[in-house]
Amino acid sequence: MIKHLLSIRDLDADGIQRVLGTADAFRDNMGRKYPTLRLKTVVNFFYEASTRTRTSFELAAKRLSADVLNFASGGSSVEKGESLKDTAQTIEAMGVDCIIARHSSAGAPHRLAEWVSASVINAGDGMHEHPTQALLDLFTIRQHFPSFGGLRVAIVGDVTHSRVARSDVLGLQTMGADVTLVAPPTLLPAGVDSWDVRVTTELDPVLPELDVCYLLRMQLERQKGGYVPTLREYARLWGLDRRRAALLPERALIMHPGPMNRGVEIAADVAEFPRSVITDQVTNGIAVRQALLYLMLGGPEVKEGGPDAG
Amino acid sequence: MPAKPLLLQGGRVVDPASGTDAAADVRIERGTISALGQGLSGDGATVVDCRGLVIAPAFVDLHTHLREPGREDAETIESGSRAAALGGFSAVCAMANTNPVADSAAVVEQVFNTGRAVGLVDVYPVGAITVGLEGSTLAELGEMHDSKARVNFFSDDGRCVQDSGLMRRALEYARAFDAIVANHAEDAGLAGDGAMNEGEVSGLLGLPGVPNEAEELVIARDLALTRMTGGRLHVPHVSTARSVELIRAAKAIGVNVTAEATPHHLSLTDTLVASFDSVYKVAPPLRTRADVDALRSGLIDGTIDCVATDHAPHAREDKEREFDKAPPGMLGLETAFAVLSTELVATGLLSLGDLIVRMSTAPARIRNLDGHGGPIASGAPATLVIFDPEARWVVDAARLASLSDNTPFAGRELQGKVVHTLLRGKFSVRDGEVVDGQG
Repeated sequence: MIKHLLSIRDLDADGIQRVLGTADAFRDNMGRKYPTLRLKTVVNFFYEASTRTRTSFELAAKRLSADVLNFASGGSSVEKGESLKDTAQTIEAMGVDCIIARHSSAGAPHRLAEWVSASVINAGDGMHEHPTQALLDLFTIRQHFPSFGGLRVAIVGDVTHSRVARSDVLGLQTMGADVTLVAPPTLLPAGVDSWDVRVTTELDPVLPELDVCYLLRMQLERQKGGYVPTLREYARLWGLDRRRAALLPERALIMHPGPMNRGVEIAADVAEFPRSVITDQVTNGIAVRQALLYLMLGGPEVKEGGPDAG
Repeated sequence: MPAKPLLLQGGRVVDPASGTDAAADVRIERGTISALGQGLSGDGATVVDCRGLVIAPAFVDLHTHLREPGREDAETIESGSRAAALGGFSAVCAMANTNPVADSAAVVEQVFNTGRAVGLVDVYPVGAITVGLEGSTLAELGEMHDSKARVNFFSDDGRCVQDSGLMRRALEYARAFDAIVANHAEDAGLAGDGAMNEGEVSGLLGLPGVPNEAEELVIARDLALTRMTGGRLHVPHVSTARSVELIRAAKAIGVNVTAEATPHHLSLTDTLVASFDSVYKVAPPLRTRADVDALRSGLIDGTIDCVATDHAPHAREDKEREFDKAPPGMLGLETAFAVLSTELVATGLLSLGDLIVRMSTAPARIRNLDGHGGPIASGAPATLVIFDPEARWVVDAARLASLSDNTPFAGRELQGKVVHTLLRGKFSVRDGEVVDGQG
C-alpha cells in the first residue's frame, strides 16, 4: 500500500478498489471497534477549520484503536509564528505514525511529506485535492451501481475553487466513468480543455442522461469576487431545484460534499429526496477512512486478509 | 593595484564590441589592457595560463536584488558582489526595493559607495520610479541622477506602475536625463493573488494563476506610452511569447525599447511547480514550453536585447513556506552564464559570441556603463571574464556565495564554468575563488 495519500492519483484503479473493498467490511460493521492500530498515533493536523472531515477521521482512527491527537492551528504555536515545517517536525518528534493534514494552501501536505517521516494523508489542501472525499464518493456511487464503467456523472458548480471536484474528476476517470462539468464559464479552471471531460454551461440538457448529479458548494465569496453577479442568479441558472431534479432519471443519485447552501446550489427539499445520498456520504466517509488507515498503517500481516481475517 | 603586469596567455579572445574571436594573449598593466596579440612576451609579468579558456568582457546584470539595506540576512552588497564576481560579472544593477527604498539620492549613494568599498564588482543602483514604490508620486529622479551614483535607470521592480497617467509622466520626465524607465509588467487586476502561471498546470494544482495577459497588457500600454512620449523603456524579465511579439513589433516601428529575459524564464517551465516547492515561485511566473521557445527565439534574433538574472535572494525561513505564501524570486548570479551556456550554446541555438553580446556588450550599452562590456583592446580597462566553455559542474546550493540558497538549478549539471574575473585589472575571482582585499 502507498505510504502517503496526497492526491487521488496516488492510487490506481486496483488501489481504489482495494480501499473500497476493505471499506465494505467496515461499513457493514459500523460502530465496531478493531484493535488493529493499537499503539499507533494519528494526528489530525488541521490548519483550516473543518468539522466533518476532522471528526470523520477521528472516529475512523479511534475505531481502529489508534491514539488520536487533534491539532488545530488556531490557538496554537502557529499563531505565535511557527512555520509549517517546524510545527510538523515538532509534532512528529512526539512519535506520530500518520499526519492527516488539512491546509488552506495547495501543496502543503506534499511539503509535509518531504519534511517528516510519518505517513501523510491529504485531508484537503487549498483548491487542489481532497482524495478521501473522492474515495467516499466512489464508495457511495458503488453502493448503487454495479460498475463505474461508462457511468455518467455531472459535477455542477464552482469547479475552479473546488478540491472536491479535482479529486472526484480524477478518481472517476481512473474508474472509467464519464464526467461532465457544468458551471458558469467564470468557475471553470484554466486548462480544463485538457481534462478529458465534457464541459458545458447548461445544466438542463445534461440532466436526463445522468447517473449521478454531484453539486458543489457555492460560496458567498464568489459573488464578492465577481465570478457570478449574485447567488440568487446562480441558484436560478445552476441550482438543482425541484423542476430540474424532475429531469433526472429515476436511477440518478444526488450528491453533495457538504456543507450545503440550501437554496443556492440545491433546493432545500431536493436534498431530502429519496435519491439524495448526501447523508450516506457522511457515514461512508468513516468506513472509507477506516479502510485507508487500516491499509496504510496496519502493517503487512493485517493487510493481506481484510479486517475480519485476523 | 598590482605593480606587476599580467599576461593572459594562450586563451581565445571573444569580444563582440571589437568583432574579435581569435587566439590571443592579453597583457594588462595598471588595470588597463596594454597589448593584445599572439605570442606576447611574458617578461616581467605574472603569466596566467589561459589555454582552453575563453577571455571575454565581463558580464553585466541589469537586474539584481542585493537586499541591502534592509534584509542583510538574505543578501548583502558584499555577499551579492561575491556571487556576482563568481558568476563572471563586473557590474550589477541593484534594484530599488530595499528598506528603505532606493528612492532618494541618499540611499542610492549609500548603495553605490558600499559597492565601491567592497570592490568586487561595480554596483550601479536602480532608482525607484515612485516614492516608496507606492505607484502614486514620482520619486526625485533628477536628484538620483545628479548624485554620485549617476542613476540613469529607474524601476519599481516587483511592483508595476499601474496608473497609466503616472507612467506617462515618468517616461516623459526621465527624458530630461536620457534615463530609462523599466516597469515590472503585471496588471494588478488580472494577476490577482496569482502564485504561478495560469494554465493547464495551475488548473490541476488548484493554485491561483497569473495569466500571460497580465504582462502583455502592461507591455502593450507601456510601448504605446513610450511611442507617445519619446521616452526610453526597458522591459524587465519578459516571460511570454506574445510579449516578445509586442516588443518585436514596437522595435520595427522605431519605439525606443529594450528588453531582458532571465536564465530561468529561458530554461524552466511551470510543470516544475507540481512539486509545490516554492523555489520555483518567481514573478513573473515560470511559463510554458511555448513561451520558453519564443523567448529563446527573441533572444536569438535580438528582440530581447540582453539576459538579466533577477537574482532574488530570500532567507530560508521566508522561502520554505507553503507555495502560495512564499515570496517570489530565485538566485541567478552564480548560475546565469552556465545555464545559458548549457541550454543555448551547447545545444547550438546561440553562438558563444552572441551569448557574450547578450550578457555583456548589450546590457553595458543599454545603461551606458563605460568600462564594462568591452572592448578588449589596447587602452581599454581590463574588465574581463575568463571561463572554461567545456567544464562541467553540478550546482550545489549550499556552496553558493549568496547568503541564500534559493536556486532552482540545485543538483543540475551545467557546462561552462567561470575561472577568473577581472575588474580593471584586479582579480575579483581567481581559479574559481573570490579574491578578497587587495587582490
